[in-house]
Amino acid sequence: MATDFSYPDAAVKAASLPKEFDLEKMSLSMGPSHPSTHGVLRIQFELDGEIVTKADPVIGYLHRGDEKIAENMTYNQFVPYTDRLDYIAPLANNMAYAIAVERLAGLELPPRCQAIRVLTAEMARVSSHLMGLGAYGIDVGAWSVFMYCFEEREKLYKLFEELTGARFTTSYTRIGGLARDVPEGWTQKVDAFCDQFLPILEEILGLLTRNKIFLDRTVDIGVISKADAIAYGLTGPNLRGSGVPNDLRKDKPYSGYEQYEFDVPVGSKGDCYDRYLCRGEEMKQSIRIIKQLVKNFPGGDWYAKDARKIFAPPKDKILSSMEELINNFMIVTEGPQMPAGEVYFEAENPKGVLGFYIVSKGGGVPYRMKIRSPSFCNLSILPKLCVGNLVSDVVSILGSLDFVMGECDR
Amino acid sequence: MTTDVDLPTAVSQQFPTAAPRPSLDCPAFNVPAGDALAVLQYLRDTQAYDFLMDVTAIDWSAEQSPRFTVVWHLYSSTKHTYVRLAANCASDAEPAMPTTSGLWAGADWHERETYDMFGIKFAGHPDLRRILMWDAYPYFPLRKEFPLAGLPTEMSDADINAEIGVGVIPAPMAGGPFVATPGVPMSEAEPRAKDEAWDEKREKPE
Repeated sequence: MATDFSYPDAAVKAASLPKEFDLEKMSLSMGPSHPSTHGVLRIQFELDGEIVTKADPVIGYLHRGDEKIAENMTYNQFVPYTDRLDYIAPLANNMAYAIAVERLAGLELPPRCQAIRVLTAEMARVSSHLMGLGAYGIDVGAWSVFMYCFEEREKLYKLFEELTGARFTTSYTRIGGLARDVPEGWTQKVDAFCDQFLPILEEILGLLTRNKIFLDRTVDIGVISKADAIAYGLTGPNLRGSGVPNDLRKDKPYSGYEQYEFDVPVGSKGDCYDRYLCRGEEMKQSIRIIKQLVKNFPGGDWYAKDARKIFAPPKDKILSSMEELINNFMIVTEGPQMPAGEVYFEAENPKGVLGFYIVSKGGGVPYRMKIRSPSFCNLSILPKLCVGNLVSDVVSILGSLDFVMGECDR
Repeated sequence: MTTDVDLPTAVSQQFPTAAPRPSLDCPAFNVPAGDALAVLQYLRDTQAYDFLMDVTAIDWSAEQSPRFTVVWHLYSSTKHTYVRLAANCASDAEPAMPTTSGLWAGADWHERETYDMFGIKFAGHPDLRRILMWDAYPYFPLRKEFPLAGLPTEMSDADINAEIGVGVIPAPMAGGPFVATPGVPMSEAEPRAKDEAWDEKREKPE
């Protein structure tokens, strides 16, 4: 298959490369099922010897038409679909989506609900970064990191299961609240997990941070400049690795993030190693947030009590009161009633900034919903980033970008 | 640098054609398609909206004209605010919009996706191909007339087509999604599966 496409930036970079061999260029297709493409990404390369001269990511293998589906169902019915965007951190997606719709409704949530959401989102961040780190270890030839990471991740999934009833597809939020309150004694278990996790995290990072092989594979590889990171709309650790200290949790706090103390790690060079370091430090900061939360866990309501046309009434009330029964029926069938208007909300997810743009004409179904997915934007820099690198370095670059195709393709 | 409060004033002074757009959160403007590029550049260079977060479109359905609206979301990493810009496509049959890929490299993929889903052509785009669907796909799935279940078409590859002899078929809806249709009388709106025919008006897709 010919590589007849044009990325202006990449073409400029390719033209400046020294000619390795005076031979015919070779075409190589990597993916869609290749262990280092983390899902179903395909990259169509043009190679000069082993140097990449052109790279064209082919995406869409996991396209399910989530935006079309969203236009055809009520707001609450779409919550399970958000699990399947970034399926490594579904709890964070649930929260981002719920807040976006609540912004549309103009709902304020009680502190306990916000705290539970932040807690679950930060746990999702830790589990997502563990997955990213473990998979990155394998990509560059360090198997044992993966084993350590997955053991810790499993402990988190046990906690998720206890909270939501599911390990992966959590569907935990509802518009105006949550599916259920936290079980008794659960926050203590989270606290215990944090205590035992920190020394293990040090051990995991210790396997890589000063590892000669790892340094050789990552330092000065895939350098993204500040200007490029901004121009391509990179977000999350990929942006911060390039030295741009953007974190919506700090800059535009939502769900009560302003109450917690944490630092935003920033890289200096923007290479694969910096992105790795950022993720490692972010996990520690997430644990810091979780520790603060568990210590002062707010009491009170865990759903918006005043939102009678949005959040379904409790089960026991439905079965004993006619009015609540009707209310529940209307919310389930017609959906939570929203005003007409437009909102755009972005949340700082583990992979970057996940945005929801909702256009409502009123009623329980969105007229149009656009999902701005971080992985899609993060991958758009690949045509430029891959050029001039060895094919084996592309593996290292892909791992350092930590993308999820479920979210990229939607 | 101006603060966010007077951004609407600043924009309307600079561009008299820009009109405020109803919005529930950030400042938003409607601009004519011809001015979109200039306003975006002004917002980026003068008002410090350095991030292009998103480019997308809205289809207001075939009955309405103008039918397509392209929407940009910008974010300022110094002011920590968003701004939304919207422009209607002049033609309903052949919607087009100038490309912003010269301002932000990241617009490349966003515009390819918008073209893929709505068929809006971005004039001046270096490489306007489909991105999520395959190149030969004949429809624009996010247009309102495109059914949820999909439409039958050929597979992406002629080889595969010849081998299996079956094209892409509409998704079996299996009873879902089971929701009320908004905006119609209650007797009509009763929750039902979208592909279920309860009267002659709703035809079941193949």
